[in-house]
Amino acid sequence: AAGMFLRLLSDVRWQAANPKWRRMTGSRRSTSSTAEPHPVALPEQAQVVICGGGIMGTSVAYHLSKMGWKDIVLLEQGRLAAGTTRFSAGIVSAARHMSLELKMADYSNKLYQQLEQETGVSTGYVKTGSISLAQTQDRLISLKRIASSLNVMGIPCEIITPKQVAQLHPLINIHDLVGAMYVPEDALVSPANVSLALATAASRNGVQIHERTSVSHVAVQNGHVTGVETDRGQIRCQYFVNCAGQWAYELGHSGKEPVNIPLHACEHFYLLTHPLKEPLSSNLPTVVDPDGRIYIRNWQGGILSGGFEKNPKPLFTEGRNQLEIHNLQEDWDHFEPLLSALLRRMPDLEALQIMQLVNCPESFTPDMRCIMGESPTVRGYFVLAGMNSAGISYGGGAGKYLAEWMVNGYPSENVWPLDLKRFGALQSSRTFLRHRVMEVMPLMYDLKVPRWDFQTGRQLRTSPLYDRLDAQGARWMEKHGFERVKYFVPPGKDLLDLDQSKTFYKPDWFDIVGSEVKCCKEAVCVIDMSSFTKFEISSTGDQALESLQYLFSNDLDVPVGHVVHTGMLNEKGGYENDCSIARLSKRSFFMISPTDQQVHCWAWLKNRLPDDSNLTMEDVTWKYTALNLIGPRAVDVLSELSYAPITPDHFPSLFCKEMSVGYANGIRVMSITHTGEPGFMLYIPIEYALHVYNEVMNMGQKYGIRNAGYYALRSLRIEKFFAFWGQDLDAFTTPMECGREFQVKLEKGMEFIGQEALLEQKQNGVYKRFTMFILEDHDTDMDLWPWWGEPIFRNGRYVGKTTSSAYSYTLERHVCLGFVQHFDEKTGEELVVTTDFVNQGEYEIDIAGQRFQAKAKLYPFSSLFTHRRRKDEMELSGYQGE
Amino acid sequence: AIPVRSSRLPLSDAMPAPAHLFPLIRNCEISRICSTVCYCHHKHLCCLSSHFAHSHFRDAPQKKFAALYRPKENFNYFIHARDYASTPQRFYLTPPQVNSILKANEYSFKVPEFDGKNVSSVLGFDSNQLPANAPIEDRRSAATCLQTRGMLLGVFDGHAGCACAQAVSERLFYYIAVSLLPHETLLEIENAVESGRALLPILQWHKHPNDYFSKEASKLYFSSLRTYWQELIDLNSGETTDVKEALINAFKRLDNDISLEAQVGDPNSFLNYLVLRVAFSGATACVAHVDGVDLHIANTGDSRAMLGVQEEDGSWSAVNLSYDHNAQNEREVKRVKTEHPKSEEKSLVKQDRLLGLLMPFRAFGDVKFKWSIELQKRVIESGPDQLNANEYTKFIPPNYHTPPYLTAEPEVIHHKLRPQDKFLVLATDGLWETMHRQDVARIVGEYLTGVHHQQPIAVGGYKVTLGQMHGLLAERRARISSVFEDQNAATHLIRHAVGNNEFGTVDHERLSKMLSLPEELARMYRDDITIIVVQFNSHVIGACQNEEL
Repeated sequence: AAGMFLRLLSDVRWQAANPKWRRMTGSRRSTSSTAEPHPVALPEQAQVVICGGGIMGTSVAYHLSKMGWKDIVLLEQGRLAAGTTRFSAGIVSAARHMSLELKMADYSNKLYQQLEQETGVSTGYVKTGSISLAQTQDRLISLKRIASSLNVMGIPCEIITPKQVAQLHPLINIHDLVGAMYVPEDALVSPANVSLALATAASRNGVQIHERTSVSHVAVQNGHVTGVETDRGQIRCQYFVNCAGQWAYELGHSGKEPVNIPLHACEHFYLLTHPLKEPLSSNLPTVVDPDGRIYIRNWQGGILSGGFEKNPKPLFTEGRNQLEIHNLQEDWDHFEPLLSALLRRMPDLEALQIMQLVNCPESFTPDMRCIMGESPTVRGYFVLAGMNSAGISYGGGAGKYLAEWMVNGYPSENVWPLDLKRFGALQSSRTFLRHRVMEVMPLMYDLKVPRWDFQTGRQLRTSPLYDRLDAQGARWMEKHGFERVKYFVPPGKDLLDLDQSKTFYKPDWFDIVGSEVKCCKEAVCVIDMSSFTKFEISSTGDQALESLQYLFSNDLDVPVGHVVHTGMLNEKGGYENDCSIARLSKRSFFMISPTDQQVHCWAWLKNRLPDDSNLTMEDVTWKYTALNLIGPRAVDVLSELSYAPITPDHFPSLFCKEMSVGYANGIRVMSITHTGEPGFMLYIPIEYALHVYNEVMNMGQKYGIRNAGYYALRSLRIEKFFAFWGQDLDAFTTPMECGREFQVKLEKGMEFIGQEALLEQKQNGVYKRFTMFILEDHDTDMDLWPWWGEPIFRNGRYVGKTTSSAYSYTLERHVCLGFVQHFDEKTGEELVVTTDFVNQGEYEIDIAGQRFQAKAKLYPFSSLFTHRRRKDEMELSGYQGE
Repeated sequence: AIPVRSSRLPLSDAMPAPAHLFPLIRNCEISRICSTVCYCHHKHLCCLSSHFAHSHFRDAPQKKFAALYRPKENFNYFIHARDYASTPQRFYLTPPQVNSILKANEYSFKVPEFDGKNVSSVLGFDSNQLPANAPIEDRRSAATCLQTRGMLLGVFDGHAGCACAQAVSERLFYYIAVSLLPHETLLEIENAVESGRALLPILQWHKHPNDYFSKEASKLYFSSLRTYWQELIDLNSGETTDVKEALINAFKRLDNDISLEAQVGDPNSFLNYLVLRVAFSGATACVAHVDGVDLHIANTGDSRAMLGVQEEDGSWSAVNLSYDHNAQNEREVKRVKTEHPKSEEKSLVKQDRLLGLLMPFRAFGDVKFKWSIELQKRVIESGPDQLNANEYTKFIPPNYHTPPYLTAEPEVIHHKLRPQDKFLVLATDGLWETMHRQDVARIVGEYLTGVHHQQPIAVGGYKVTLGQMHGLLAERRARISSVFEDQNAATHLIRHAVGNNEFGTVDHERLSKMLSLPEELARMYRDDITIIVVQFNSHVIGACQNEEL
């Protein structure tokens, strides 16, 4: 333990502290400052250069070298583990909301546990457990949701009473608590030592480590990394890994070909105290009091306590800055609310003597998730940074995923939520980042409720109709910087203010969305869907068709004017993208993908389309405003606005025609919707957007047209069992697993990416199956609402998790979508999921620890809807008769 | 009887603990004390506090006057104070009540922006005053010159009544403006008056509703002013007006006019009494003239002008732009001594006062220190009865051999504004007695920028517990939050001046106590405070600077 103290407070002289290391690297100096600084020359060439000797860099090096890559150089500008890593609080906790983060933390914990044995470097690993406290019922619900996730992952976890809290930790004031979550396997480590241990193991595997070497920029040729410029010369390399932590943004922008890594540093404070009179035991559990915004761990017989305040202090907005580094000092006034929270939680600490208030900057990202993966613009340029102050928890897992990604081409988990490509250049503004991280840092301990929207960095990308819609009561959410309507608040009606509408139960917009859904089903609604990513791919000859046929799983060789739903699959048959492609002419295609595909899909296609000047791809997202006319009356509205016949005979489903609407010409009208309802998508050149919108609204008046938002759309598509990419579908889901064999050209004898994998699945069966669940005994008004990520139980056994859910206003039930897997009861091995397996089972969905019966379905309702519609139509015609 | 200025009774000096003030008053036959105070204050135009301080801590030289004040009773006051110090009865003003008192006289003016470009180097100013005398003897003025460029701001501290301060606050800026006018404009104005046409407006006043102008005297004042500009027209030197010279001339001329008007008298008995009261009372003046980067401070007496400068590291420092004309100023003492025969050297300045009586060494009015004895007697005798009955006016200062002893000539300091000069504080000595200029600079600077450069706390090697730190931080936070109560920098400064405790934070209890003092007692614990805070536009100043370069 004394060693840990030194690690935290003194400069890490790790070579001296670890004689093994000195022996291994041979010529290393024994006295730090007097000896010549760089005894070992840099190599001229390496396969991989990693920049950054913190927990991330060393973890990547460790995992790469374990996976057999040996030709690796790790460069650190100062000393190993001397940056944010050294100052980290050293808490390894699996209490995470997102299951991917939870898995990373779990892996890290197991890795660190055996690291000391593996490397001989003491890591200070102590399994203390952690207690997350709830001061409110809502917080307890939030913890119960995490507990459900942890339990099905096999990580021990318990919801405990305040009394039990007092038994676990003698100092906690429990009077204001309603409960807590106890995770007994959470641990404490000495972060710097973990990093050093990883470095030690990596160097044993052949990784060369050079300290006091800074990377000035990365050399790029033809969109591929070719080398690294350092202050000690150049290293040629094929791969570069940016693990520069809070400097990652700057490093990314230092080269000619910028790589945008959207993160921004904020000051982070924690307090160290002298030991208590009766020193705290080193295995006392870590306490997290999110309502008080603080964490408290035992440290050297005293405590270490920090937190995430409401008013963060962002820094280095304009890049590294000596003045700001110099000013990184204790700021007690800033820490005051956290100190108050600490003394409220542990009043007995009043007499405890302060040792130090540590100020260590942490980097935060625009969506509170870390950043990993390959640059969309520079191949071979990998990134692992932006840990949102959970670097120690994620370090092992994140390093593993990135190493897998580099070695295998893809990681072993779906890491899309963390993929660098979820961001684009639009998140590179420092002003945006500064404002956003000021919102993100307090969020660390804010209540995570469903349907949460960021408030900062908004109104960046908007549709031309934004003001019109806003004036009509639109409430907005944001996706990939684009403002999208959630729903329209009718005039005269006011919703709760933002804070109060945070709920795990029935939200205040329930009836509003209900009426929008009703209108979609009975009359006609218009939804602005301009945010969708739109590409045009064309060629002089057949190149476009030939290339796309290989890249997409469905047959695109359809007559001109047809629209095809297709997946863009990877080699394993998983969905990299799910899109609609219209064949505009023999040689040109119009492709519509989800909003957040703009960067990923572009990079995927760019990297795979042949380098042919006669084949062009253009991002036309900004050129078109998309209006979705949805509902049985859409056809009537459209017929009145155009002289072209719109009847199903002339304009069957999945068709695309360029036509005039009102005065405006050149509108691409497609007879598709994204919900399964009848309707049309209108792709309107932006200058006509307002005109067409006005025409549609005017003409639609007699058909009862109204605006609708994405919440209505979501309810409609989920009750229709429509899977959405990014929520239900990901790179680990194949068309076979979600009942979309019909969208794959397996029978046509054409080669396409993912074909082999799909053929194998077709032969051997699938290991998970996309299933629809209708909650049976769930009271919409009283019970907790499902969100996503809820565990699914079949005959009492865990079989998978939900991916999305919504209330179906038609069924008057909650519908959850999710994947059912089949684990062998004894070995836990994954087995093939058959239709019978899905159908013959009693299902339950676990919402924050409470299980609700659910009925599983593999195919959408059809009869119910037709029946209802016929009845509704009668009602509607009756209404119009009046 | 004795004027006027003295150090205030500090609460903590007067009594064992400030919290015991009220019980003390209640139990100590309040009527008796009050009557004493009233007596001194009104009848003798003198401040009790000076007497308190002196009679209690000093000896012989004061005896003669002390007798007048019935020192025994006053002495009892202190004895009682100790006797009843522990009575726990309390009565305090609530924070809203405190605020309504503090804000009663606050005034803010923002220079209008034109086309989004502020062409004035002044952004605006905040002013406020807190009375201790009843009625208050301080005055303030602010005006924009309309026929020349620039803005005039001034604070005036009256003594022996408010008449002189009132007259100076109404008239001085006209004298300055006229002194600054070019020949052609003076001619134009004179012709307009001559032919009965509308006058060009000379000044645009920025006044609080409580800042009144006396209607009765306006004709008299105007004719004196007209005489002045007629002389200026006749004297036309053809040279462009130098601001410094104009300021000095205006001060001297106005004081001269005040003196003349009193000597000549007025057929209207009310006016006649008024001009005499003006001349026999006195006032100091501290006036700022801001025109672009040129800041002139003309000071007569012991009010003070201070520039708030923001250093590169963001901290605040104070630069004095005036010298107090009182006994603490060696140059002033020397000046007075050289103006009179050596035989008077010892009697000139006694107990830090001019002739042992007057604290400021320069002032408007105060003809008792300017006129010959004969003139004084003649004027008083021919004057109205009220004047004759007044002990103070009749009293001739001791050792009065070679008048005049007092002048209204100002000392003018010219300062070229720099971008780091963020604000100017003009305030009467009521402020400077309670606060150090460095604190004034910091408090105003932090208020105006909204940034609080509290000295950061560093634990260092000290032994501090979490509980101690917690208490310290809570107190620091309270200090910051007190800032946000005020919309006016001058009000904020007064809040600190009156309510500051030994830690430099506003202590509501103390503030409440100070403000709930009965009128008669207030004067013992504080003086009238008048403050103008002028905020400069650094961008305009920077731009002007660059042009000049």
